[in-house]
Amino acid sequence: MRVPIGWLAEYVDVPAGTTVEDLDTAFVRLGLEVEEIHRPEPVTGPLVVGKVLAIEELTEFKKPIRYTQVDVGEEEPRGIVCGARNFAAGDTVVVALPGAVLPGGFEIASRTTYGRISDGMICSVRELGLGEDHAGILVLGSEGADVPPPGTPAGPVTGLDDVVIELAVTPDRGYCLAMRGIAREMGTGLGAPWRDPGAVTPPAWSGAPAWQVSVEAPERCDRFSMLALEGLDPTAPSPWWLRRRLTQAGIRSISLAVDVTNYVMLELGQPMHAFDRDRVTGPIRVRLAREGERLDTLDGTTRTLAAGDDLLITDDTGPIGLAAVMGGASTEIGEGTTAVLLEAAHWEPTGVARTARRHRLPSEAAKRFERGVDPEMTVVALARAAELLAEYGGATVVGGVVDVDTRGARPRIALDVDRPARTAGVAYPPGQVVELLTAVGCTVDGEGPALQVTPPSWRPDLTDPADLVEEVVRLAGYDDIPSVLPTAPPGRGLTEVQRRRRAIGRALAETGYVEAPSYPFVGTPALDALGLADDDERRAVVVVRNPLSEEEPALRTTLLPGLLATLARNLSRGQRDLALFEHGAVFPGGVRTPAPIPGVEARPDDETLAAVLGAVPQQPWHVAVALTGHREPRGWWGPGRPALWADAVEAARRVAAAAGVELTVRAGERAPWHPGRCAELLVGDVVVGHAGELHPRVCAALELPARTSVMELDVDALPAAPVPVGPSISAFPPVFVDLAFVVDDEVPAAEVERTIRAGAGALLEGLRLFDVYTGASVPQGRKSLAYALTLRAPDRTLSGEEVAAVRNDVIAAVEGGLGAELRG
Amino acid sequence: MSGANDPYDPKQVAALSPEALDDAVAAAQEAFAQAGDLEALAAVRPAHLGDRAPVLLARRELGALPPAARSDAGKRVNAARVAVQTAYDARLAELEAERDARVLAEERVDVTLPWDRTPRGARHPLTTLTDRIADIFVGMGYEVADGPELEAEWLNFDALNIGRDHPARTMMDTFFVAPEDSGLVLRTHTSPVQARTMLSRTPPIYVVAPGRVYRTDELDATHTPVFHQVEGLAIDRGLTMAHLRGTLDHLARSLFGADAITRWRPSYFPFTEPSAEFDVWFPEHRDGPRWVEWGGCGMVNPRVLVACGIDPDEYSGFAFGMGIERALQFRSGVGDMRDIVEGDVRFTRAFGVEQ
Repeated sequence: MRVPIGWLAEYVDVPAGTTVEDLDTAFVRLGLEVEEIHRPEPVTGPLVVGKVLAIEELTEFKKPIRYTQVDVGEEEPRGIVCGARNFAAGDTVVVALPGAVLPGGFEIASRTTYGRISDGMICSVRELGLGEDHAGILVLGSEGADVPPPGTPAGPVTGLDDVVIELAVTPDRGYCLAMRGIAREMGTGLGAPWRDPGAVTPPAWSGAPAWQVSVEAPERCDRFSMLALEGLDPTAPSPWWLRRRLTQAGIRSISLAVDVTNYVMLELGQPMHAFDRDRVTGPIRVRLAREGERLDTLDGTTRTLAAGDDLLITDDTGPIGLAAVMGGASTEIGEGTTAVLLEAAHWEPTGVARTARRHRLPSEAAKRFERGVDPEMTVVALARAAELLAEYGGATVVGGVVDVDTRGARPRIALDVDRPARTAGVAYPPGQVVELLTAVGCTVDGEGPALQVTPPSWRPDLTDPADLVEEVVRLAGYDDIPSVLPTAPPGRGLTEVQRRRRAIGRALAETGYVEAPSYPFVGTPALDALGLADDDERRAVVVVRNPLSEEEPALRTTLLPGLLATLARNLSRGQRDLALFEHGAVFPGGVRTPAPIPGVEARPDDETLAAVLGAVPQQPWHVAVALTGHREPRGWWGPGRPALWADAVEAARRVAAAAGVELTVRAGERAPWHPGRCAELLVGDVVVGHAGELHPRVCAALELPARTSVMELDVDALPAAPVPVGPSISAFPPVFVDLAFVVDDEVPAAEVERTIRAGAGALLEGLRLFDVYTGASVPQGRKSLAYALTLRAPDRTLSGEEVAAVRNDVIAAVEGGLGAELRG
Repeated sequence: MSGANDPYDPKQVAALSPEALDDAVAAAQEAFAQAGDLEALAAVRPAHLGDRAPVLLARRELGALPPAARSDAGKRVNAARVAVQTAYDARLAELEAERDARVLAEERVDVTLPWDRTPRGARHPLTTLTDRIADIFVGMGYEVADGPELEAEWLNFDALNIGRDHPARTMMDTFFVAPEDSGLVLRTHTSPVQARTMLSRTPPIYVVAPGRVYRTDELDATHTPVFHQVEGLAIDRGLTMAHLRGTLDHLARSLFGADAITRWRPSYFPFTEPSAEFDVWFPEHRDGPRWVEWGGCGMVNPRVLVACGIDPDEYSGFAFGMGIERALQFRSGVGDMRDIVEGDVRFTRAFGVEQ
């Protein structure tokens, strides 16, 4: 809502000395957020009202030019050349005299043009910085009209010093989408006297109602009012001040009749519609749309109407308006319209919201009706519009007013007078509570602590005691509320799951990975690039109905597309060595039962609630890493070490260690990994993730460097960590034994290690693979694995015989179980 | 050497004479001093401290003296031996110190050489700031609650008093999920966690819910379609707006310094009544101290309590929510939202691991 301060000052006696900044602060304190303050560009130098005395048409040029004589209040008129044609002798205009500087730094000087001396300039709306009106010269009025005399300084006349404050009005405050509501708020906020433009008694029009009207859907329309006017001069322009206010409010000027309805909407908050009465056929009926009905709306669109829900204004020809949202083309005011049927009604807000949303028509009218309009205003608005059309268009009211009014009584709300104090923690005296509610417009009855409050007709948002509390606290001022820290009962700290997520993030960061969260949106091409099979479960995605990008309409089922895209972005920005990680939810798709939407009124029954909660899919928490380039950079210590598949596997082990669980690894095969360099990650028998090198084709498809390695693991699949058991530490000396075994290439090191452990038994304290060797002295197809064993007993120094026995047991186990051979 | 049966004549036992002993000591001191390094010292040691050294040979002569003379002579011999040993030890220490100094000087390294063989990683500042905020609330006795990002429409809206045709529902710029009747949305705020908490717990409730939320805004310098909020909820007997202010002030001071306070502006949220937006006074702002818009708050609307099965006559509560990106932007002076969301390692590394 754009509020011109000059307009506001018509209703509120703004105290002298109030600055724009004061108003800004007052609006904010009232809960009306100031989005922007529009200040007109300054005009300096002489700008005066002038009267055009004579016009000489110059025809010798390519385009018609006028040489005018303009009375600017001096002894002699000035000669001014002008290219515009929308004015006549006798019109009053704004003249910039030599020395004036118009917006944009346009300096006016006396100069020779088109063979004449032009001693000033007749200004257009645009040149004065008042709007984008291209219509030509700003004509303030014509002969005989009530216009200022020539020579009057034009600043105040054109309102050049008029500032417009643009407010963001919250959905509960529909009444603030009009000057009337703003005036009430500002009067209260500034503590200044103010006048309600809606406090008008309409004239008692005589005669039969001007039209035959029936409302067949009273639950959607509890008041429908109309007034007919005749004798409208279809050529009469809207007065300059009215057009200017519409411009300031951001509404385009169209014709007098339309402009007046818009103006009254801005003034009183009552949206209106003007029908060309001669194009309305037969009685008007307000009813719901029927199957197959269509309507051509004013914006030139043919709309298929929703049977049983779109509310229509109809005549004998069918629909002529989409109630509360937009009028129809067939009865539109045109250039020849002389008889007008004005409509002002009160529509039920949620129905308006549905229709506006369905037809994507967030019109000014719909916006107001959705948020609640004062039903008292229909006839007042008709009277105000009739008054303006009479004054500026010569129209006269014919017949009586139509007023189909089926409203019920306004609700009363019981309010404990101390409830605001209990809510805010501020002791408001009962008198102040009543005073503030009255300022809002409420009628307050009741004795002692139990108040009976009837909210005003323009505040449909006030339905509960809590709403009244807010009005009291808001108007008393939020700044009065003290700061008191409550005492919460003792909490249990973070949950195990929360601690684990933090531990994993920290462990990876400490290991050199940089966290890189990405948007969870994916598209089919990204899944194709990973080489996922058609039946891969990661292709079953949750699809967003209104994605930001049609390329990425789905939610991720794996972290890899986003992480690899981040990797690529960093590479494109000149990075070479990268180790990234991300952790977050993934969204497996699949067929599901819909989640019910039971409504706002009460807690749903247990069964419905269970259905709501049950329909929300599991969203497992994953962690992933991606590496490329060097894991260790080259330096003065020597060459760098390229990142490889093993780093990705080690990242998984770090994650598991941070989570307090033991991870085992075996060869696996899964997209997008290299089939020979993919580790399957297990806890117990459960596969929790994969790690290794990307498939070369995936690297190629994503234009990533060869050997890029990744890991992804389902953190939620990790079992709870057991409470660690402290080992007993032996003070007896250890014995170190080194053993190297030659095994077939296919035998995994993990298998050898497991066999050694089993063979060594309880005396094995430590085991480490310290060399893998292939080449001369090891047969083709085999490899040598060298292990360092640390043996120690808890209660004694090991004897030579004991060590020899363990050594023999290990050799027997590995040789026997794995076809290995002890290397001499 | 004198025979044991020889008659006592000290003059005959020349080796025990004070002069002879002094000469031996002087000779030893001279020899040690002349030794230029540890090898030379070792080479001369036997001559002065070895079995055949004068002071040790003299000792053997003591037996030849009559008992009355032995005591004096013994003291002299001993003193001479100690003097030689002391001279040796001193020279040894001297030479060892010289050697150590030389060797350690040779072993000097350039300690400014870098050893960044494992590059440093970093946690994203949104993560660390979220943790920090959660920890402040945990310190106040709150618990941290989580909820799904893909959420039931009912919990995202209706349970929070945002009915199907409520203007706020259309203003939320929601991502809807297919099919049309799925009843699921990408949550537009962390507030559904409030509803989940109230449905699953009994008061008193003090929870804080950080998380990722979604709105259909295009990414630009100040907007991102995917962002983070932290939501707080307290339900207890006798809670007032004063308690809400106290809580927000405490948070502001903990995050932004002792001088930070909050300022409220009346606003509207369907799930709180009264409602406010709050600004925080941030003295360290890079463009100078100022009020910065941060979040929304209010007293939980009694209708929401009812929808979640809590008796509004017995309990009251407050709720608040704020953007983490926004807090990061002004706390760390981040000018462009895109830097926060693009995952450029140069941005994130600047924040380090931050516990």
